[in-house]
Amino acid sequence: MRRPVHAILGTVLLASVVLIQGGCTKRETRDILYIAMGAEPPELNSTKATDTESGMVLGHVMEGLTRINAAGMQVPGVAESWKLTDQGAVFTLRPDARWSDGRPVTANDFVFAWRTAVDPKTASEYAFILFPIKNAEAIVQGRLPPTQLGVAARDDRTLAVTFEKPCGYFLALTSFQTYFPIREDFYTAQQGRYGSDKENLLYNGPFKLTQWIHGAALRFEKNEQYWDQARVKLKRIEVPYITADDSARFNLFKDRKIDLLGLSKNSLDDAVREGFRLKKFAEGSVWFLEYNFISGRLTRNKNLRKAIQLSFDAEEFANKVVGIPGTVPGISLIPGWMQGKSAPFRSEYPVTAVGRDIEKARAYMAAFMKEEGLGKAPSLVWLTGESPLAAREAEYFQNLLKTVLGIELKIDKQIFKQRLAKMMAGEFDIVSAGWGPDYADPMTFADLFASWNENNRGKWKNASYDALIRKAQATTKAAVRMDSMAAAERILLDEQPILPTYERSVIYTHSDRVSGIIRRSVGADPDLSEASARE
Amino acid sequence: MNELKPSDFERAPSRQALHRISRPSLSYWQDAWLRLRRNRQAIFSLGIVMALVFFTLAGPWLWRQDPSTQLLEEASLGPTLGRKAVVVEELDSWSPEFADARATAWDRVQDLRVIGEPTTEGITLQWGPVEGAEGYAIYRTDRKPRGLNRLGLPLAEVKKPGQLSFRDRMNVEPRSYTYTVLPIFKGLEAEVYGRVKVAPRIALKLAAAQRLKAGARVGDTIVLPAHPFGTDSLGRDLLSRIIAGARISLSIGLLAPLLYMLLGVLIGGFAGYSGGRIDLAIVRGIDLVVALPFLLFMILFRIAFGVGPGESGVHAMVVAMVALSWPSSARLVRGQVMQLREAEYVQAARLLGARTGYLLLRHLIPNTMGVILVYLTFAIPSTIFTEAFLSFIGMGVVPPTPSWGSLCNDGIQSFLSHPHEFIFPAIFISVTVLAFNLLGDGLRDALDPKQRGSS
Amino acid sequence: MIRYLLKQVTSGLITVYFIATATFFAMHAVPGDPLMGGKATTPEIRANLQRKYGLDRPVLEQYTTFLSNMARGDFGISFTQHNRSVNDIIREHFPISAVLGLLAIAVAATGGVMLGSITAIFRNRLPDRAIMVLVIFGVSVPSFVVAALMQLGITELNRLTGLSILPVGGWGEAGHLVLPALALGLSTLAFLTRLMRSSMLEVTGADYIRTARAKGVSPTGIFFGHQLRNAVLPVITVLGPAIAAITTGGFVVEQVFAIPGLGRYFVQAVHQLDYTVIMGLTVFYGAYLVFMVILVDIAYGLIDPRIRVGKAGGSR
Repeated sequence: MRRPVHAILGTVLLASVVLIQGGCTKRETRDILYIAMGAEPPELNSTKATDTESGMVLGHVMEGLTRINAAGMQVPGVAESWKLTDQGAVFTLRPDARWSDGRPVTANDFVFAWRTAVDPKTASEYAFILFPIKNAEAIVQGRLPPTQLGVAARDDRTLAVTFEKPCGYFLALTSFQTYFPIREDFYTAQQGRYGSDKENLLYNGPFKLTQWIHGAALRFEKNEQYWDQARVKLKRIEVPYITADDSARFNLFKDRKIDLLGLSKNSLDDAVREGFRLKKFAEGSVWFLEYNFISGRLTRNKNLRKAIQLSFDAEEFANKVVGIPGTVPGISLIPGWMQGKSAPFRSEYPVTAVGRDIEKARAYMAAFMKEEGLGKAPSLVWLTGESPLAAREAEYFQNLLKTVLGIELKIDKQIFKQRLAKMMAGEFDIVSAGWGPDYADPMTFADLFASWNENNRGKWKNASYDALIRKAQATTKAAVRMDSMAAAERILLDEQPILPTYERSVIYTHSDRVSGIIRRSVGADPDLSEASARE
Repeated sequence: MNELKPSDFERAPSRQALHRISRPSLSYWQDAWLRLRRNRQAIFSLGIVMALVFFTLAGPWLWRQDPSTQLLEEASLGPTLGRKAVVVEELDSWSPEFADARATAWDRVQDLRVIGEPTTEGITLQWGPVEGAEGYAIYRTDRKPRGLNRLGLPLAEVKKPGQLSFRDRMNVEPRSYTYTVLPIFKGLEAEVYGRVKVAPRIALKLAAAQRLKAGARVGDTIVLPAHPFGTDSLGRDLLSRIIAGARISLSIGLLAPLLYMLLGVLIGGFAGYSGGRIDLAIVRGIDLVVALPFLLFMILFRIAFGVGPGESGVHAMVVAMVALSWPSSARLVRGQVMQLREAEYVQAARLLGARTGYLLLRHLIPNTMGVILVYLTFAIPSTIFTEAFLSFIGMGVVPPTPSWGSLCNDGIQSFLSHPHEFIFPAIFISVTVLAFNLLGDGLRDALDPKQRGSS
Repeated sequence: MIRYLLKQVTSGLITVYFIATATFFAMHAVPGDPLMGGKATTPEIRANLQRKYGLDRPVLEQYTTFLSNMARGDFGISFTQHNRSVNDIIREHFPISAVLGLLAIAVAATGGVMLGSITAIFRNRLPDRAIMVLVIFGVSVPSFVVAALMQLGITELNRLTGLSILPVGGWGEAGHLVLPALALGLSTLAFLTRLMRSSMLEVTGADYIRTARAKGVSPTGIFFGHQLRNAVLPVITVLGPAIAAITTGGFVVEQVFAIPGLGRYFVQAVHQLDYTVIMGLTVFYGAYLVFMVILVDIAYGLIDPRIRVGKAGGSR
């Protein structure tokens, strides 16, 4: 904690402060990057972290077997080479990968971390991401001890993984935070406080945390023990501000206090006026409306879902309601930026966009009302969150469905936990939801609507869809996997258990003195590890 | 000492004659009303209050735009008195290749130009190919572009082989834009570029136009509805939304404070007067209610009232506000009454055998009226904003019903680019607060028994 | 006096107990699972989480566990800020909010009393009217707008002058306090101004003022000796709870100025249904509030000797 400012001085200071501030010391800038974060990382224990802030910090201070490079490709990290088969994988670790205390990163550190993550005592929310590894699920369920996990250190530099069943996207998982290494002796020495403060963490990434004032500030310093020194140009990354307020961050950027700024729809005009250099990137998430399939819900009727689909103009929505350049109108579940076999998935398996067709929409609506024996258009419950965009979206659809189909939308706005509870309990007709990818493979989206997935909130169940996903999950052959997922997506788009609305885009700017900031759809974002900063 | 005279022992004249009543006898309230009427400031503010009530009740009949009708083409518009728009055909959905066949005539990106008529419905750009370019980046700004790094909004990158055109439909407004198109080589934008300046016309899609005016045809010019206060981010008329919001904001903003002040005054007055154990118990009760987490108990009240999903929870909200907000006024009144109960006139009244209820209602509470009124006038804006906050998190009025507070909340987000969305509703709240403050002053003067006849 | 204090403290403790109990059961009655995140997990993972946080036990058992821990001053570990105890959160962030809040209250109280007196003296004349307009602005524009506008103004000022006149946000130096304290104190200042004006006018008409004037006491003497002392009471009444509220809950202002105060934890906790943080902060706040109110009651007696806080009115 910084020295507390004494209250008694307050009034006196109030008068004199203006004078003091004028002659304030100039802050250091060379090779230092200043940023603001929206919230402080709630958890830096890599086996338990789930949120984006923790993911961003961990991505800078730790490194897994592989990492994602500037071009979005999976490249060697702690592992220098690997061999993947249908039954498992063998990773060879580089000899010069070290922890921040100078000791080498060994295969045992991975074994320990992964066992800890699936241990029921750890209660990791992300334990499921290790399920491709043999026995992982049984261990989480408490049926087997963690030592039975299908991972072993053949020697210090050889890590052998056994799969539960063939897994075609395992490599994409190895850069994910739950797969990061943890050294056992250090972990046990922290007595349950691992990752709770800067001293309670051992680093093997390009940076290490040297300051962490809760709720106020973080400081990253270059990790001299990191094996790939050539990659890191910055001396420090400073996070002197933590605030969720968009306009506050905007003003901090304008005042040259921070070097990187994400822009909301409402600040775009100001940013253009200020002459900021604007850039954009695909944030990665896909947004959609999810219909409820629990018995008794009208949304089970396909004609109703078709009617809504044909009333909707995704391009108008992206341009006028979301209003962020780069927003992709929603046409499918798997987003446009996702790689397929060798090119973007969408270019290998194109989908035709269904535009607005009001006459057809009304015909479907009439058919629906006839089937359900309804005299007048029904009212539906629309469950949504409390963000300004969620509110705008809800009101847009309320007006749209009223004018085109006569449907009365009842907007059920709920704060975070109450909304989740209602989603789980199926207390909605339509819920507006989004999904961000965990790893760089179409499967992170495709298995979302398998009937066994807990995140399939509408409880849509389709036997052919399930079969295709199972098929894709049981092979390492890229062509078979991608074909199956594309076929599954076609079923989904025809049956319309969801109506894709948009793929999110982010507009951001950075100060002229910095370069090399990497923004990405999967993994730690922003990635500042290769950035550089002038005076 | 004077000598006594026989005349001193004569019967005095009748009392009636001696104490001639100089003014007609007036009750407390009659007197208050008289003095209120004489207070110009109070009458003026009463006039504003009446005007607000009139605005709320008669507004929907005088200004006949629907507060929930959206026209995305007119989103976030400043005040206008009816713009002219040309009716255009519905543009086909995102098919960028539509005009590429014609591009062959040009062979440089510098040949960037606009195809067709630029309107707010869409601006179509086309340029010539650049050898070896893997795609093109398109930027738009409504300022003067500066250098190659200050080109404005990065609208898109077109990467489809052979695509040399782009249609911009991203919130196009009728102002002058400069577009810059740069070829991309190996992921980097080149330094050659095409630039074009465009001033789009206001346009309306055929379907939207026909909704406004039956029988409108492509090419017609139609006059759009006037928006004296502009529109919001979904193109809804702000004046009609303020009129509709007045009903919610004024009724909740006045009703809830009146109710919880009444409750607070009675409980606080009783506590302050009684003192001792009763006072202690009530003060601790006040602390208890104040310390409870407001939001948590709001959620509980909503559940207890059985407010269904998407249904307006106004009743639950008012009840919850009353149940959770009375303590601060009770505390204030208790403090005042504690001070007053030692006053000479109260002791005198007590000696004369006045009962507790009489003392409270006749002497103590009227004498705290000044403080109560100040509190009440401040409770109005805070209630209006509490309502807005609760509606924002889904615990109050449901969309599309607006309220002044929620209009402010929506407006403040785009304050810098579209200030009208915040300023107009904020003015209405301010005027209301001002009116009630002035009225409160007038009432205070009028109700203060000590100033009887002095103004 | 000691007996009086003892009574107050005991009743205060009972109040805190009731606050804790009411909040505990309300919290459990509200739908939602504190352990549920944006991405759903398998039932087994959820069961493991519940076991870890003791949520698989019956509510009554959780309640007794909570009470016995609370009695020992231990509020447990946050559900969302894993690894951080609620005690740590209070210890680290309350002082920050307290410094800011006390400064805001100081500004509001001195400003309110001063401006209120001025408006009462110049009643219905220009200074009164001018201050009235300021007051109306102070209450009808919510604090987040005031904060945002102040920040915007300072940003422009810094840019125009090329200096760093005041920081736009952050914490740690004295300069970081100025704008947030003003933004936080403004609405209280407005309220106190009006309150002071009103009670000042009330006092002006009182008999003892007339008597003092008749005795020939100078206007300054009357003002400081009688009017101010009597009129300031309602201000003091409001001050106690206001200090408690402001020093714990400047959420919006803290967000806008990136100040690591307690306010954000208060708001987040309910949104996230973070059981331990809700309970810890509510109990802490309740105890703090009761303490402030007792202080105010004592201050009453000091300022106005006619008031005897301990005595019942009817028994005299």
